[in-house]
Amino acid sequence: MSEMKFNTLVGLEIHAELATASKMFCGCTTTYGGDVNTHCCPICLGLPGTLPVVNKRAIEFAIQTGLAFNAKIAKKSKMDRKNYFYPDLVKAFQISQYDMPLCEHGHVDIDTASGKKRIGIQRIHIEEDTGKSLHAEDGSSLLDYNRCGVPLIEIVTLPDISSAEEAGAFLELLKSTLEYIEVSDCKMEQGSLRCDVNVNVVSEDGSVKSNITEIKNLNSFKAAMKAIEFETKRHIELLERGENTLKETRRWDDAKNETFHMRTKEFVQDYRYFPEPDIVDFEIDADWIERLELELPELPEARKLRFISAYGIPDYDAGVLTSTRQMADYFETLAVRVGDGKLTSNWIMTELMRRLKDEGLELDALRFTVEQFAELIAMVKDGTLNQNAAKKVFRRLFEEGGEPKAIVEAEGLVQTSDTGLIKETVDSVLGANPQSVEDYKNGKDRAFGFLVGQVMKASKGKANPQVVNELLAEALKNL
Amino acid sequence: MKNKMYEWTLHEARKALREGKVTSVELTEAIFERIEAVEPKIDAFITLLKEEALDSARAADAAFARGEDLGDLHGVPIAIKDNMCTTGIPTTCASKMLENFRPPYDGTVVAKLKAAGAVIVGKTNLDEFAMGSSTENSAFKVTRNPWNTEYVPGGSSGGSAASVSAGAAYASLGSDTGGSIRQPASLCGLVGLKPTYGLVSRYGLVAFASSLDQIGPFTKDVEDCAIMMNAIAGYDIKDGTSIQQEKPDYKAALIDDVKGLRIGLPKEFFGEGIAQEVKDAVHAAAKIYETLGATVEEVSIPNAGYALPIYYIIASSECSSNLARFDGVRYGFRAPEFEDFNDLFAKTRTQGFGEEVKRRIMLGTYALSSGYYDAYYNKAMKVRTLLKQDFDRAFESVDVLLTPTSPTIAFKIGEKTDNPLEMYMSDICTVPINIAGVPAMSLPCGFSEGLPIGMQLIGKHFDEKTILRAAYAYEQHTGYAQQRPSL
Amino acid sequence: MAITIKDVEHVAKLARLEFEENEILAFTEKLDAIVGYVEMLNAVDVENVDPTYHVLQVKNRFREDEIQPSLERDAVLTNAPDRRGGCFRVPRVVE
Repeated sequence: MSEMKFNTLVGLEIHAELATASKMFCGCTTTYGGDVNTHCCPICLGLPGTLPVVNKRAIEFAIQTGLAFNAKIAKKSKMDRKNYFYPDLVKAFQISQYDMPLCEHGHVDIDTASGKKRIGIQRIHIEEDTGKSLHAEDGSSLLDYNRCGVPLIEIVTLPDISSAEEAGAFLELLKSTLEYIEVSDCKMEQGSLRCDVNVNVVSEDGSVKSNITEIKNLNSFKAAMKAIEFETKRHIELLERGENTLKETRRWDDAKNETFHMRTKEFVQDYRYFPEPDIVDFEIDADWIERLELELPELPEARKLRFISAYGIPDYDAGVLTSTRQMADYFETLAVRVGDGKLTSNWIMTELMRRLKDEGLELDALRFTVEQFAELIAMVKDGTLNQNAAKKVFRRLFEEGGEPKAIVEAEGLVQTSDTGLIKETVDSVLGANPQSVEDYKNGKDRAFGFLVGQVMKASKGKANPQVVNELLAEALKNL
Repeated sequence: MKNKMYEWTLHEARKALREGKVTSVELTEAIFERIEAVEPKIDAFITLLKEEALDSARAADAAFARGEDLGDLHGVPIAIKDNMCTTGIPTTCASKMLENFRPPYDGTVVAKLKAAGAVIVGKTNLDEFAMGSSTENSAFKVTRNPWNTEYVPGGSSGGSAASVSAGAAYASLGSDTGGSIRQPASLCGLVGLKPTYGLVSRYGLVAFASSLDQIGPFTKDVEDCAIMMNAIAGYDIKDGTSIQQEKPDYKAALIDDVKGLRIGLPKEFFGEGIAQEVKDAVHAAAKIYETLGATVEEVSIPNAGYALPIYYIIASSECSSNLARFDGVRYGFRAPEFEDFNDLFAKTRTQGFGEEVKRRIMLGTYALSSGYYDAYYNKAMKVRTLLKQDFDRAFESVDVLLTPTSPTIAFKIGEKTDNPLEMYMSDICTVPINIAGVPAMSLPCGFSEGLPIGMQLIGKHFDEKTILRAAYAYEQHTGYAQQRPSL
Repeated sequence: MAITIKDVEHVAKLARLEFEENEILAFTEKLDAIVGYVEMLNAVDVENVDPTYHVLQVKNRFREDEIQPSLERDAVLTNAPDRRGGCFRVPRVVE
């Protein structure tokens, strides 16, 4: 038994808050983080006598999500009531979708070590979010209904994911796609993206399989991946001992790096689903779908391929630059201005992204404009600045903002390509360093670099390194 | 010309206001005098709003002085069933569960009445959460029929009916899910209309059965009914089941001409469950229509016999879900002692709801539960289709249907309270209408033992105008609308 | 199909209602009578009949994605049986 090989089966259930301005069934704002119970109205509080009216944009976002994930969009759809009691559920039913979801049978292709793998998406449907409970020190719970009624899409995958890595890849692709089509801001730390995991293992010959465990309370993609690894081990260990897992829901504890029992799934909730009588049916025609499709921006994978061919940048760079819509838009705007994709890519990846990461900042925090950045890079391209000088200017722009040309002038950074001037400097350096000249003549190539450095130093960094190299080599040849 | 102001019809009161013969304050004070006199006998109101009403009346009089006229309800005292939300004023649904609930908003129809300048005199009694046919299920009081106070006024809108019948309001609003406007109208000798589903906004009406509920008026005559309909009908963006269409002037339908009107008498509504005096009165009305030039023929609604079971499954299922929100967390009654939140819910609901409400919640929960959904809820929804098709077919050959409203005249208080099934039978002629979503009106067509008999006119979807015309013509040639109880 | 006390207890749990020992039998009997009555629908042939969930022939009733003012917090809490710190207060919520 201990030599048996097992395959892991993972299915994900993702909830994403939609980026509509108002809630699913009422006009309250969906803005995150307001003062408790200040984004509520009779409708989202479920007061007696109130009625829900569907936010059209939420339906459109759901359809666009389905299109982005290659799903079939339902021609006929409806809302249903899911009935259960809970303090954060104001009507004691959630308006959701049961048997006629907006989208079905989609897929995404993720990158794995062994190439592309297709992950099936069973369904995408729309529903409303619940309120939040906060724990009070006296042991009671306090309810805030600001979030109640915010529109959600629920995305359910098939159990096609076979490992923590694949789950991570899937979640990254899902997040970036949702951001690209601007349907959700996907901030897991704010709860606008939530993920539950269903996992079990099956022996390679199919003879032994464990009961599915549902894992909740995952607050990051990393947590989801760690939880999958932990559960896989736990399942295999039990099976190898001749035991099995319970049909249960477990809670991931990020501090302890393990899962804990939460509740058994033997007691199955009877949600008594029935069609929502206050909301009439949806009919989605081809025209509407086409209009929504035209609205869709280029998706991450397609954009990446275009970057590679249009800007001549390598696969890896294109991948990094298209990881978020924001960055892809930024790169493209900049590259078009600069007129050189490769150069722009280098600057973004080595200078900009590094600084952003170090400071923990987003693109919208930059103190300089795209035009200014383009100006800087153009000065490198046309030889006005050498790399070191340009980096200096970039540092100033990043930290304080300003005009590149002004900074260059103020600090006297213009690189000189004046061959006469440089030749003078070369000659004087050679004259001052006879030992290095000797070393170089004796085959020590490192001496060349040292001499270049000396010339650069003497020119206070302004000499065009290319010209320096040429002139120095020539001078040494003649010695 | 009647002596007492409270005896006037709504349109007579409004005429007197327009002619300056009386002020709105005088009218309102007269109504409250009447209320003080009759309330001890009929107990129609849960909340009286004398101060607020006089404020509205004063505002109306000031508007009149400025030459303003908001329409046919301006300055007229009206009562509202206590399951419609009124800002800051208790909206109890006659339940312990909502005894102190003060909504922070007005229902759409309430807002419309206010915008029309109506003077709201109070909130009327009902069967708890609109579940019942006698108003005996109210948690607070039993309302009595003004024609004979030993008898029920009908339900669930018993308070709204009794108040108008006794002259304590010129008109009132009720709600109808299975007959709760029409049956009390019949028992109290009034005109009561359940509009086509979707015609009047449900926003603000505490939901009982979402696919069946409608708000409608109780009035003393058909002209008043048309006035009320003009005020309350119309599309509401806040109600996703509200119909968008051009709003007719219902007063234009008040024509005394039914020549060529094709009236159908569905045979299933005249069976053995209907008292003989009721059948006789309705047949007499049919004869009168014939003398007025209408044609009368027998038609059939073959699936009418299934209406009651369809109704009880659908209404209970929807109400079990609609009433689940009453859990003691955000508003309403909360049990004084509980252990955890599930216990909070159970104790609150057990102590807060009356027996009939609990019975319907249980029936509905059962009908929706796993394993039973197809056999009960979904089955009922399918038979509903057959019943609706029966009405569509009948209306291919006739313009209106004429039936009894209630199988009997009013029954004694306490007579049916022990047997829920017997009580449910009171709705036998009214529930098919809610299931099909068509409009129907009850108006008086006779008396028996001093108690009113009502007949029901059923129309096609959104054809309230034909019902109003048929009712108006009948009324012009009979004297029942003029009769009032001698309270 | 007879409704038993066990059925009533199960349904009561789903509906968050409690019945005393001395009332549950009477309640079960009344409920059983009603269920027995509505079972007359079993006789109806509904093959190829679609359910009517909505009597209206309307589809696609939507509202635009526009923000409307919310209630003032005092109005939100105005009927709260128990409140603290701007929230509704209940016994500890555990999953």
